[in-house]
Amino acid sequence: MDLSSINPVLLLSALIVASTPILLAALGELVVEKAGVLNLGVEGMMILGAICGFAVAVETGNPVIGFLGGAAGGAALSLIFAFLTQYLLSNQVATGLALTLFGLGLSAMIGQGYSGIQAPRTADIDFGPLADIPFIGPVFFTHDWVVYASLFLVVAVWYALTRTRAGLILRAVGENHDAAHALGYKVVRVRMLAIAFGGACAGLGGAYLSLVRVPQWTEGMTAGAGWIALAIVVFGAWKPGRVLLGAYLFGGISVLQLNLQAAGVKVPVEFLSMSPYVITILVLVIISADRSRVALNAPASLGRSFHASS
Amino acid sequence: MTETLLDLRGLTKAYPGVIANSDVSFRIGVGEVHALLGENGAGKSTLVKMIYGLVKPDAGQMTLRGAPYAPAEPRAARADGIAMVFQHFSLFEALTVAENVALGMEKPPKLRDLARRIREVSETYGLPLDPERVVGDLSAGERQRVEIIRCLLQDPKLLIMDEPTSVLTPQEVDILFQTLRKLAAEGTSILYISHKLEEIRALCDTATILRLGRVVGTCTPRETTARAMAEMMVGTTLKTPTPRDHALGNVALFVTGLSVASPGAFGTSLKNIQLMLRQGEVMGIGGVAGNGQDELLGALSGEIRSAPDAIRLAGQPVGHLGPNQRRALGLLAAPEERLGHAAAPDMSLTENALLTGAVRKGLERRGFLDWAKARSFAEDIIRTFDVRTPGPGNAARSLSGGNLQKFVIGREVLQAPKVLVVNQPTWGVDAAAAAAIRQALLDLAAEGAAVLVISQDLDELMEIAGQFAALNEGRLSDIRQTAGLSIDEIGLMMGGAHGMEVAHV
Repeated sequence: MDLSSINPVLLLSALIVASTPILLAALGELVVEKAGVLNLGVEGMMILGAICGFAVAVETGNPVIGFLGGAAGGAALSLIFAFLTQYLLSNQVATGLALTLFGLGLSAMIGQGYSGIQAPRTADIDFGPLADIPFIGPVFFTHDWVVYASLFLVVAVWYALTRTRAGLILRAVGENHDAAHALGYKVVRVRMLAIAFGGACAGLGGAYLSLVRVPQWTEGMTAGAGWIALAIVVFGAWKPGRVLLGAYLFGGISVLQLNLQAAGVKVPVEFLSMSPYVITILVLVIISADRSRVALNAPASLGRSFHASS
Repeated sequence: MTETLLDLRGLTKAYPGVIANSDVSFRIGVGEVHALLGENGAGKSTLVKMIYGLVKPDAGQMTLRGAPYAPAEPRAARADGIAMVFQHFSLFEALTVAENVALGMEKPPKLRDLARRIREVSETYGLPLDPERVVGDLSAGERQRVEIIRCLLQDPKLLIMDEPTSVLTPQEVDILFQTLRKLAAEGTSILYISHKLEEIRALCDTATILRLGRVVGTCTPRETTARAMAEMMVGTTLKTPTPRDHALGNVALFVTGLSVASPGAFGTSLKNIQLMLRQGEVMGIGGVAGNGQDELLGALSGEIRSAPDAIRLAGQPVGHLGPNQRRALGLLAAPEERLGHAAAPDMSLTENALLTGAVRKGLERRGFLDWAKARSFAEDIIRTFDVRTPGPGNAARSLSGGNLQKFVIGREVLQAPKVLVVNQPTWGVDAAAAAAIRQALLDLAAEGAAVLVISQDLDELMEIAGQFAALNEGRLSDIRQTAGLSIDEIGLMMGGAHGMEVAHV
């Protein structure tokens, strides 16, 4: 065992890259759930985003267009969910699960010709002298634009939800859709937009996996990232800041346990592999231990179908 | 009559299978308090939803200050100066008072300015309210203030109030009425929907009475008796339940030091309940909803267990027994929620009769069901209590509220209980059925059973109960004779004006 082989700078830098897909997907799902919709199809939207992003980037040779393609793919899949649950009033849990299975299958089919290809590289942003600051430079200023966009999105989602009228209406719809309807707000329209936003974020997260993190296309490459994003939203008590914390914690421990495995730590590999899931959930549960505060944060209409008949 | 504000002519709205409103016409004057009176299902709510733009009429016109008025959505209605306080609060529990108010406004100012204006208006109208508090922490009376202030901030010309007093104590009702009178004096018209006749007589200038979607009469409430209005509402002469004279017997139910935690997260725990009920006695338990009524019924029915000695049935400790064992001993209960608690919605009436009647009516033998006997028991209930249904094979869900309530109460009454506990026996039931249910409870008492009626309808309790006590935050007040008890005293027993002390949680 040789722990000195683990370089903290590389570790922290890798942590940020590993966390970004989950962060993006979780932020999208946070907005969806704040609008009162439970979309369990995050995994499916992520993987479709991964292949759409990869395919578009390969065909156009432009990774930025690739990311847009990934977001579009995720949003398109989410709109199927939106149509089924908002207009046909299908059960959200069952539809979400079906969406995941559908996304996994569809992405495998689209991705048949794309295995083993290299994607065009997404360059890191050049911060000039900032990147030369010892420690801080390589950790924080050597990433691509998507990482910074995802961090900006955390602030933007927080600001929009708590400080803008649109955010207030979205929270109102998620809190009590009957009351929101009685006040004249368009419940279904708000939810459609939220679901599409969530799909686009999940797709973007998936595209980040296939275009930057791996960067290749393999079937089923999301490997549960969508599910952990869902868990992070709930255990993070629907707060963007905690979702960021949860995602980085999960990404960090994932990277750390890989490093520990490589260093030959005498802990069974199975325990190391499960550690990111266990620790992330434990930490977030402890943070959110005050049940009454959390209950106040949980959107009260979460997962309930709305129909303007009554 | 003064200048007309809103003129309704020939409004008609039909839903599949039901005509909710048929050719409804009336006028509301400027500064008038106009009552809309009718039973459940008479079409009051549909009518106000049309005025508020939530429902489009099939036919008919509305004129507001002489100009045609046809709001496409609530936003348009609000822009025209129409505001509404809903029967079931349209509030968002996780949001603050200020955020809730902002959601009900077209162009809300910045939250800080809004908070200031909320304070101003709430002080002007004597409705103290802190804009920063989260609505989920407020009492029912305070929540209603949020709704009213949300309306007042928009400077409404017409304020619609849909059954506003159903969740208030008498003292809170007084405060509300003072506010409404002040508003009316300032020229705001009020459309006041209720089926509480005494309130309408105290507050309103004119009343329009609806029955089965049609206007059946107009009157000046101050000059009309409550009974005459009730008969217009129902369309027949009403029989007032009459108690039969009978002597009280031995102690049937004795509850002492009953304290149980509520099973629900937002429920109210019972604290040291003390009461004694004798054979032939009817006791009424009043109180604002959510003060431990459901828990009291649960503790007495056996759904919530307690110490054996906390509840004694004819001297025998039963606190530790479950519902079926208590039924066998003669302690029966009919909970408030008809669909889902008192009856299984998708099961037939026969099956529902079996569910509580199996023990006392011998409807099962060694674990096997006696369907023939169960069916005849269900038919017996239907016949005796005049339950309108094609037969015992129909699902409980298919019955109207009043008919299902008659079935649920009848099912327990026909099992010849020694003690019967009912919660909200006539909630959402039309006047004729309510009178029949009350009469059945009185007859049961006359035959020697002890009856405990938990209800939020004070008029009902005054009518049938000999003793009265109130639940407030899980505690039971002193027990008083109903004869000679004033409405003020009752209000204080119920906890007075909740939230007049600002730190009330």
